[in-house]
Amino acid sequence: MQKTYYDPKDLKDFGKINEWDEELGEKFFEYYGKVFEEGALTSREKSLIALAVSHAVQCAYCIDAYTTDGLKRGLDREEMMEAVHVAAAIKSGATLVHGVQMMKKYDKLSM
Amino acid sequence: MKSLAKRKDSLADPKNQLALFNSGIFANGDLPTFKDKTSETDQFPLKPNNLEIFQVNVGYMCNQVCAHCHVDAGPDRKEIMTTETMQLCLDKLKESGATTLDLTGGAPEMNPNFRWFVEEASKIGVKDFIVRSNLTILRANKKYYDLPEFFKKHNVHVVSSLPFYKRGKTDKQRGDGVFDASIEALKELNKVGYGVQGSGLKLDLVFNPSGAFLPGNQEDLEHEFKTALKEDFNITFNNLFAITNLPVSRFLEFLVATENYEDYMDELVDAYNPTAVESVMCKNTISVDWQGYLYDCDFNQQLDLKVATTGKHLSEFDAEALKNRNIIVSQHCYGCTAGAGSSCQGTVA
Repeated sequence: MQKTYYDPKDLKDFGKINEWDEELGEKFFEYYGKVFEEGALTSREKSLIALAVSHAVQCAYCIDAYTTDGLKRGLDREEMMEAVHVAAAIKSGATLVHGVQMMKKYDKLSM
Repeated sequence: MKSLAKRKDSLADPKNQLALFNSGIFANGDLPTFKDKTSETDQFPLKPNNLEIFQVNVGYMCNQVCAHCHVDAGPDRKEIMTTETMQLCLDKLKESGATTLDLTGGAPEMNPNFRWFVEEASKIGVKDFIVRSNLTILRANKKYYDLPEFFKKHNVHVVSSLPFYKRGKTDKQRGDGVFDASIEALKELNKVGYGVQGSGLKLDLVFNPSGAFLPGNQEDLEHEFKTALKEDFNITFNNLFAITNLPVSRFLEFLVATENYEDYMDELVDAYNPTAVESVMCKNTISVDWQGYLYDCDFNQQLDLKVATTGKHLSEFDAEALKNRNIIVSQHCYGCTAGAGSSCQGTVA
C-alpha cells in the first residue's frame, strides 16, 4: 500500500488527466498556457504570483513547480520569500478580518 | 575550497564518474541511457559535421574554485600547455580548416605562454577568435590590468562568465568578492570598447544556473541581464549564453553530496530534445587538452574520453579520420540535449 498521499512523480504525470477526459483536459492546459504568457504582467511576475498562490492553497505540487520555475527565471530568495509573506499576510488577514464579524455578533447578543 | 584532485576525492578520477553514470538509475532501467535514447530516434551513433571550432584548453589552473566547475580547475592545478603544444595547435588549426579558435581553461590568462599564443594565433586570421575569461582574473593582479587593451589589439572575442547580475547568487557559486571584481572587469572591458555598440569588439556573457536546475529562457535572461547591468552599473554587452550545468567533476560532486543527482538526471532526461541532438557542439568542435590530446568536447576531456580514432593526439591529427569518427557519449550528454539544448555558444535548438 502507498505510504503517503503525495508522490512527487505525480507532477510529471499531470498531463495524463487528459486520458479520462480529453476535451476538458485540453481546454484546461490551453487556458493554463495562455494565462502564463507574457502580457500586461511579465512571465516573471506571473511566476511570483503563482508561487504565492501555491502557498496560499498549500499545493505541494505547485510549490515544487514554482520554486524551480522561479530559480530558472533568476528569482532570488528575497523575492520568493516576500511573495510567500504576501500570501501568508492575506491568509492570516482573511482569518483576522472575520474577527470583526465575531465582535459584532458578540456585542449584539450580549447585554 | 580545493579541487577534487587536490582533495584526492574519488570523483577526481574520471573512471569513477563514468562508473556512476553506468550504475544506479541508468543500470536498473529507471532512466534510459543516452545511447538508448538517441537510438530511439536513429541518432546513434552521433557523427560529426564539418569541423568549425578548435577549442583549446590551455590548462586547468584558475584563480577561482567555482562550485559547479566541470574542469575541477583551481589555483592548485598545475597542468599548463607548453609553447610547443600551442605551436602544434596552430599548425593543425590551419590544416583543419576550422574557422573559430576558442581558448579556455582554467583561467587561460594564467598560462605564462598565453600572450605568445594569442599573438601567434591572431596572425592566422581565423574568423572568430574567442578567449573565455572568468573576468576576475583581469583584476586579480596588476600584470593582468592591460589585458582588455591586449585583447582589443588582437581582435579577440571575449566570452565571460557571470552567473548572475546580483552579488548574492554570483558569490555563492564562485566565491566571495567575485561579483564586485567581475563588475570592475566588465567596466574595464567596456572602457576599451568591448560590448559597446559599433565598436566591433564582441563581449558575450555566459550564464549558468546556480544549482540543480535547468537554465530559463535565454532571451528572457539576456533581457534581464542587459537591463540590470545597464541600470545598476552602466555596463553593456552583446549576447548572453545560457548554459546547462553538466554533471561532471565538481558539479557532479555537488549533485551527489546534496542528494540531487537522481532528480537532476531525471530532469535532464525528461527535457531530452532530439532536435538539440542535431546541433550539439561535439558535431562541429574538436577539444584539445593541455598535452595536445583530442576529445569530442571539453566535458569528454574532463572524463578522459579521447576521440575514437587511431590518432588521439595533435601530432597524429587526421582531419578525414576525425570526420568519420563516432562521437563518444555517456549519460552526461543529456546536459547538452535538454530543453533548448546547451553548448559553449548557448542554446542550440
